[in-house]
Amino acid sequence: MSLQADTLTVQRNGRFLLESVDLSLTPGSLTVVLGPNGAGKSTLLHMLAGLERPDGGSVRLNGQPLLAMDSLERARRLAVMTQDQPLDFAFSVEEVVLLGAYPLGLGRAEERAHCLRGLQRLELQALASRNYLSLSGGEQQRVQMARVLAQCSEATAVLLLDEPVSAMDLRHQHLCLRQLRRLADAGAAVLVILHDLALAARYADRVLLLKNGRVLVQGGMLETMTASSLSRLFDVRVEVALVAGVPRFSSSFADDTVLL
Amino acid sequence: MSAHRLGLLLWLLLLPVVLTSLWVGPVSLSSDALLQPGSRDWLILVELRLPRLVMSLAAGAILAITGASIQALFRNSLADPGLIGISAGAALAAVAVLVFGGAWLLGPFGPVLVPLAAFAGGLLVTALVLRIARTPRGVSVTTMLLAGIALNSIAAAAIGVMKYFSDELSLRQVTFWLLGNLHSTDWSSALLLLAVGVPVLLLLLREGQKLNLLLLGESQARLLGVVTSRLRRRLVLLVALGVGTVVSLGGLIGFIGLVVPHLVRLLCGPDNRALLPLSALLGALLLTLADIMARLLVSPAELPIGIVTALIGGPFFLLMILYRQRMRA
Repeated sequence: MSLQADTLTVQRNGRFLLESVDLSLTPGSLTVVLGPNGAGKSTLLHMLAGLERPDGGSVRLNGQPLLAMDSLERARRLAVMTQDQPLDFAFSVEEVVLLGAYPLGLGRAEERAHCLRGLQRLELQALASRNYLSLSGGEQQRVQMARVLAQCSEATAVLLLDEPVSAMDLRHQHLCLRQLRRLADAGAAVLVILHDLALAARYADRVLLLKNGRVLVQGGMLETMTASSLSRLFDVRVEVALVAGVPRFSSSFADDTVLL
Repeated sequence: MSAHRLGLLLWLLLLPVVLTSLWVGPVSLSSDALLQPGSRDWLILVELRLPRLVMSLAAGAILAITGASIQALFRNSLADPGLIGISAGAALAAVAVLVFGGAWLLGPFGPVLVPLAAFAGGLLVTALVLRIARTPRGVSVTTMLLAGIALNSIAAAAIGVMKYFSDELSLRQVTFWLLGNLHSTDWSSALLLLAVGVPVLLLLLREGQKLNLLLLGESQARLLGVVTSRLRRRLVLLVALGVGTVVSLGGLIGFIGLVVPHLVRLLCGPDNRALLPLSALLGALLLTLADIMARLLVSPAELPIGIVTALIGGPFFLLMILYRQRMRA
């Protein structure tokens, strides 16, 4: 399953939120989108998810126009985690994750087994019967991620995630991204919006740098995450050192260096 | 408590409540006379108390299930057909027909004219509140409640104007009817409510899982394959139809739609697949109980049932708000 966006353009009040963005998510790849606040990352994700209609350009899922697809069929192939999760009712963790399996139309027992696997993968078994509203922010985020992952039956799905680990502790950030990496390796096409350069370098094979609604650079991780393009992206000085083939980053304003 | 157990308990409680409702009233029935068709006691049972029982059961079930549905639609457990002005809109339209209907009311379509108007009024207000409160990111609850306050007071003022200009007889009629009343129920209104209420109930019961998905947020529901615009239209139509019919036949009966789903959620969680049927059951039970109390409290006279539900529901609502605050602190 692949997702293809051509010259996506979004305008609001005479300002470009996205300007001719081209992007292709192919099976087996994990693409990370990096960019400063307000760059248009979430807008891009909304367009790729088919939540809004772009002012120009198109999105195709496996060659089919996304907006013309049957909504259930689309949901079976495309799972999306947005940033706002306004759930305010006291479901149990397990119930929330089960809701994710809705588009699959599984039988009751099958559905439970499917979700149980998902809970285990994100180390949520111990929380399964807890009230979702009583969890911490990071735990809620992990539950929502398990729900979104429960939506894909086969590894041949497209996954879009908007800052999915922003509230998680270090261990669970790695745990969740490792799951996404595993799904990509099994054939899924994954796109993740992140702020953490180290996580991006560790798990991405492709990177897209977005600034002011335009693609600054996109391509393979090592070619894209260079000192010059990252410095241009964030308007701070970013230095990159390769340690055993993996880039390490440090960044700073003028002269007080802060290690990442 | 599991949903199955609560369901069983409610069905078991329903039997004594139903029997009490048939038994209790200003006239005490003798069991001998009941066995003779055509006797006075038999007529009281079959022509007065039975349709009234059907009415209280159906109205309670409809008010509770529409309350639960509206709460899922607005993703807020404080939404209620009364609170956001649906009932007031239905009442306004119904009063307008009662006051200005004149000869039309006596014509062949007379009996359905008031329910039809109430349905249209309820539909209009629901669509209006939804339109006002909708933002690109979903429904704003604050805006919804504020719009409800505005629409409630507009409807109250308009009803006031009509009462001011109406004659003695229709004034009394309208005033009593607005307080919420089941005592003038006959078979034709009970059957009308069943004819509308049963389909509304069955159609709403089918939406349980989609309502659960809606609780995750509107965009989440869309991403999970729900066509939310169509679901919203369907819900608004069904709720307005149900509430409009209940209001047109029984007047303003408050708090059932708010309190009943809340109680069920406290007992067995927010899953709408269980919440909707259990709310309908508990709503039927509680409104029938309230109707029994309305008959007993000032016997041989009786209180309007809307007053009884408000007397019980009001304080309960306050407790609920305090409880919420406690939970969040």
